[in-house]
Amino acid sequence: MFAIPENWNERTPKEKMDARFDSWRSPDIEFGGPEAKQAYQQRVQMVKDVTELKKPERIPIIPWFGVYPAEYGGITAQEAMYDYEKLGRAWRKFNTDFLPDGLASAALMGPGNVFEMLDYKIYHWPGHGTPANTSYQCIEGEYMTADEYDLLIADPSGYFMRNYLPRAFGALGPWQMLGPLTDIIELPFVGLGLIPTGIPPVQAAFKIFLEAGQAVMEWISAVGPIDGAAIATLGIPNIIGSFTKAPFDILGDTMRGTRGIMLDMYRRPGKLLEAMERIAPIAIEMGVRYATVSDTPMVFIPLHKGADGFMSNRDFETFYWPTLKAVLLGLIEQGTVPYLFVEGGYNQRLDIITDPDIPAGHTIWMFDRTDMKEVKQKLDGWACFGGNVPGSMLKTGTPQDIENYVKELIDGVAQDGGYILANGAVLDDTNPENLHALIDTGKKYGVYN
Amino acid sequence: MSQPLIDAITDMREDDALKITDELLTAGASPPDILAACRQAMEVIGRQFEAGECFVPELILAGEVLKQISAKVKPLLQEQAVPSEKLGKIVFGTVEGDIHDIAKDIVAFMLDINGFEVLDLGVDVPPARFVETTRQTGAKIVGLSGFLTLAYDPMKTTVEALKAAGLNEVKVMIGGGQIDEQIREYTGADAYGRDAMTAVSLAKQWAGVA
Repeated sequence: MFAIPENWNERTPKEKMDARFDSWRSPDIEFGGPEAKQAYQQRVQMVKDVTELKKPERIPIIPWFGVYPAEYGGITAQEAMYDYEKLGRAWRKFNTDFLPDGLASAALMGPGNVFEMLDYKIYHWPGHGTPANTSYQCIEGEYMTADEYDLLIADPSGYFMRNYLPRAFGALGPWQMLGPLTDIIELPFVGLGLIPTGIPPVQAAFKIFLEAGQAVMEWISAVGPIDGAAIATLGIPNIIGSFTKAPFDILGDTMRGTRGIMLDMYRRPGKLLEAMERIAPIAIEMGVRYATVSDTPMVFIPLHKGADGFMSNRDFETFYWPTLKAVLLGLIEQGTVPYLFVEGGYNQRLDIITDPDIPAGHTIWMFDRTDMKEVKQKLDGWACFGGNVPGSMLKTGTPQDIENYVKELIDGVAQDGGYILANGAVLDDTNPENLHALIDTGKKYGVYN
Repeated sequence: MSQPLIDAITDMREDDALKITDELLTAGASPPDILAACRQAMEVIGRQFEAGECFVPELILAGEVLKQISAKVKPLLQEQAVPSEKLGKIVFGTVEGDIHDIAKDIVAFMLDINGFEVLDLGVDVPPARFVETTRQTGAKIVGLSGFLTLAYDPMKTTVEALKAAGLNEVKVMIGGGQIDEQIREYTGADAYGRDAMTAVSLAKQWAGVA
């Protein structure tokens, strides 16, 4: 937990960021030995250096790992989500053998049994709708209907509790019968306000909710130490301690759905904009809170529906960017570092995202299919960037292909620092020799003199 | 063909397009003419998409508009059923283990609009089902969609299964988020497409009508 210093509100964003990095660099843990502690602090320093657009000791290598550590460790993705002992062994083997500069976190797999208990309807996951070896997958749908914008806008929390979550989780369906908590304003209203809680289906829903909470405690009690042990013995920091999204993606990914939100841009643009403005402060608060709780500065933000081809630049500027920008500024203001994963291509968006209102040296942008020379040119001196090494090459190429690609990339864009070496899309399936080649090449050629 | 209707569709004016359709039908316009105007509008939109002037939301909205116009018009077509000339059959689907469907639906829609009979097998389709449907229907083109890096091997297996079943003259195209020439080679597919319009031109080429 990051201990918020005195005079927090009087500090500048940069001072706040420095404070978060300082705390992250000196966690309250028992390192396995002086080497592990030194390696950890070295890695944190590298990440701080590149955030500040400096040249670190060497290029930090922070690939994106999906379920690949499961395959590498000889287990299925399903086992990784249900058997925490197997999860621990596989992830320990992976982190030990590859030694990336950012931890492959076991917490990201999630507790499969909790999803089952709650009857999670929005996703399939291994053993529950997708094969045992695949990652979880979102089931496209309109989980928020077009006529519910006003409900969401009026009371997001109430909407989630009484409309959205009951739809997302079958076991919580009866929560639709709850009244607003804001009914409970005087003694005579307490009894009335709690009537829905007393009816059998609602009681049953809360019972499952409690059991899910217990199952979550079992999960976090297992995965916390898995990650903790890796950090302490290998000296690899956990980069992804917090998480938020662009308001457009919050609405579009798991609420209105892709078709829904695209049609909303045409059929009800005013409501869409209003809803996103309502969501922006909520997204900021979540990102800041998890960063504080996990005592890590970075807030991971995957960007989904604003990619090239998914909308025109005009629509990007009207619908996608303004509230994303507001979220970035809000996160920066509290000293956290937006760590954006720019999925797909952003070749058409680079001039828009490089917004001068966003202070230099406060954001990290990891790209996938965007032209990295263009990225270098446009983000140079403004933000840390990286990514792009193709998943297709990591799976089907040779180690020599990877070495050539990485060398050329480093030569082309890494010369001034402010750069992180990583793959483009998340690796669920790859070739271990190639992953080694990525990391080894990065260590060999990534040293700054 | 009604130019106002074509313009309303290509300008993304949904309410106007539906209103004009109602007016045309009231005035006794021929249903096949209305559908022809829709196809014309889709051709314009397809070209704009290729040229990078319109994007996925426009394809989706146009699809919605066409669906609504078809619903108004198709019941009136019963008496004058004209078998539409189809350019060929295409067996289409998202490969095993992958449930992403939006891109697949858009490509299937564009292929259908462009005159192909699309047999959409849905998502998470095992190789055997692709083979069976292709064999049964005599389709000469198969399209495989996949979004995850985990789609590479199912695509490869599907291509191999088609060959093993003796369906050697069948052409296979693949597409999806992480597909490129390297993956095309890896899977043994005949071609890959970066977007819906590429799929259409590939299909037309293979059907000998490009």
